[in-house]
Amino acid sequence: MKTVLKKSITFIFTVLLVTFFVFIAFELIPGDAATARLGTNATPEALAKLREELGLTRPFFVRYFSWLASFFFGDMGTSYSYGVSVRSMLAQKLPITLTLTLMSFILTVAVSIPIGLLTSKYEDRAVSTVLDVTGQLTMSVPPFFLGILVTYIFGMILHMFTPGGFVSYNVNFVRFIGYLVFPAISIALPKAAMSTKLLKTSILSERNLDYVRSAYSRGNSTMDVLYKHVLKNAIIPVITFLGMTLADIVAGSLVIEQVFSIPGYGRLLISSIANRDYPVVQAIIAIIAMIVIIINLLVDILYRVLDPRLRDM
Amino acid sequence: MDKLVFKIKKNPELYAGAVITAVMLLVILLGRLFVPYDPDAMNAADKFARPSLAHLMGCDNFGRDLYARLAAGGATTLFIALATVLIGVVFGIIVGAFTGYYGGALDEILMRFNDAVLAFPSILLALVVISIMGSGTFKVIISLGIVFIPSFARIVRSEFLRCKNLDYVRSARLMGAHDLRIMFVHILPNTFPVLLSSTVIGFNNAVLAEASMSFLGIGVQPPSSSLGRMLSDAQAFLFMSPGYAILTGVTIALIILGFSLLGDGLKKNA
Repeated sequence: MKTVLKKSITFIFTVLLVTFFVFIAFELIPGDAATARLGTNATPEALAKLREELGLTRPFFVRYFSWLASFFFGDMGTSYSYGVSVRSMLAQKLPITLTLTLMSFILTVAVSIPIGLLTSKYEDRAVSTVLDVTGQLTMSVPPFFLGILVTYIFGMILHMFTPGGFVSYNVNFVRFIGYLVFPAISIALPKAAMSTKLLKTSILSERNLDYVRSAYSRGNSTMDVLYKHVLKNAIIPVITFLGMTLADIVAGSLVIEQVFSIPGYGRLLISSIANRDYPVVQAIIAIIAMIVIIINLLVDILYRVLDPRLRDM
Repeated sequence: MDKLVFKIKKNPELYAGAVITAVMLLVILLGRLFVPYDPDAMNAADKFARPSLAHLMGCDNFGRDLYARLAAGGATTLFIALATVLIGVVFGIIVGAFTGYYGGALDEILMRFNDAVLAFPSILLALVVISIMGSGTFKVIISLGIVFIPSFARIVRSEFLRCKNLDYVRSARLMGAHDLRIMFVHILPNTFPVLLSSTVIGFNNAVLAEASMSFLGIGVQPPSSSLGRMLSDAQAFLFMSPGYAILTGVTIALIILGFSLLGDGLKKNA
């Protein structure tokens, strides 16, 4: 119970800290919302009037908490460039980025756990060396270059998809998923290589512990020991890593969206940074930050569920 | 000879990483010194020229020599990585040394803050800083440098925590050494083995982060070339001239591979 309380306090503290930084960061930029709307030629009277209307004259902390409150209730302001509400802009794009992130994550897990088990089982054989070297090479390829290679090989040579031919989920869902498979591969492969390596290291170090010898001495088969005893313990650091990876995948998809011309959060964020459309930038950063914090919290909880040794700490 | 083979077998990452890094640095250096073309000089006649003796790696869409450009871009990328890691290490050492050595409330606050920052993907943080400051080579260095401080601070802090009550530190204290002297003359050198491998891994991350940012068009601005920027230019001509994108991408991948193997190897040795 004490742990839950402590975790909740840390969680709330982190949310406040992060949102505060996102808020303060965009307060530091010269020029405020009023100048952004009226342009540099506006009269001081018009500016003062708009500032009053927008509530910019209120004290700093009042503005922060009112921004935070409206953010949580879904009011994220109005885009400078398009004049529409940020919420409606983001709502359309959320399924795209979310689907891409989830697909990449599932792929990462689906590839890395079997391969990690395989390579640690045949530790001294050639198979394992080949997989290790391949993994090390894959890890070093930046996702955006992998994306370009995937575009070239699967798109331009094998014609398995049309590069740049993104189909939105509300037009044709099957083709939407079909297109996203390729960017998902580009995000997932390097992450899968890292997680495979970690799983292998973890299994190998667990395998030398006393409890494994005891399990063998009680007459368990190799498979039984590996799956019922070793994997249970060895998977724990991998879960932490996968949790951190999920946060990384969210960030990685920002870059990959650019490579595959996918109109998700990434492209919107980059174009909004270029256009100095700060309400949009602020909202996207705050949303991604929230996602990352929530993922970290979930990983922490999962960690305790999986490892009873940590429960009362 | 046998001794060398034994050493390599014991830590293949270290040697493979050192060789790859050395080769990449040499290739970039040779390109800067001996390629007789200006990396920015356009020449319509050589547009998409195939590799030949005149142009070892061929030319890009403006007829610029690709080897000259890769060498210049690689140099920019490495310079940014070096400057970034330097900022991270120097400020990381200062923050880590004081928080680790003195502890207390300041340590608690800074470390909670550190944890919050570390939980975020570095590219996202760099994007926030860039969107406030604007893009360009020096702004990329500053934004990535700031982002890199917490990870180094944490490493240095834990080393200081480990060392601050060891006998050699106590004896230095008994001899009347000043705190600053104990921190930076006695303890700091003992953190170098751990710090070295994380610095090399930091290089790896910095190259990747810079390349990603320039690829997105919010990092290094033209006419300066950087590998990420070149790759994003090359993507437009992927069908016509795949060699352009592949050579650029492989250069980035090999630099990253070299540093990451070297970092892993050093960690094993430390």
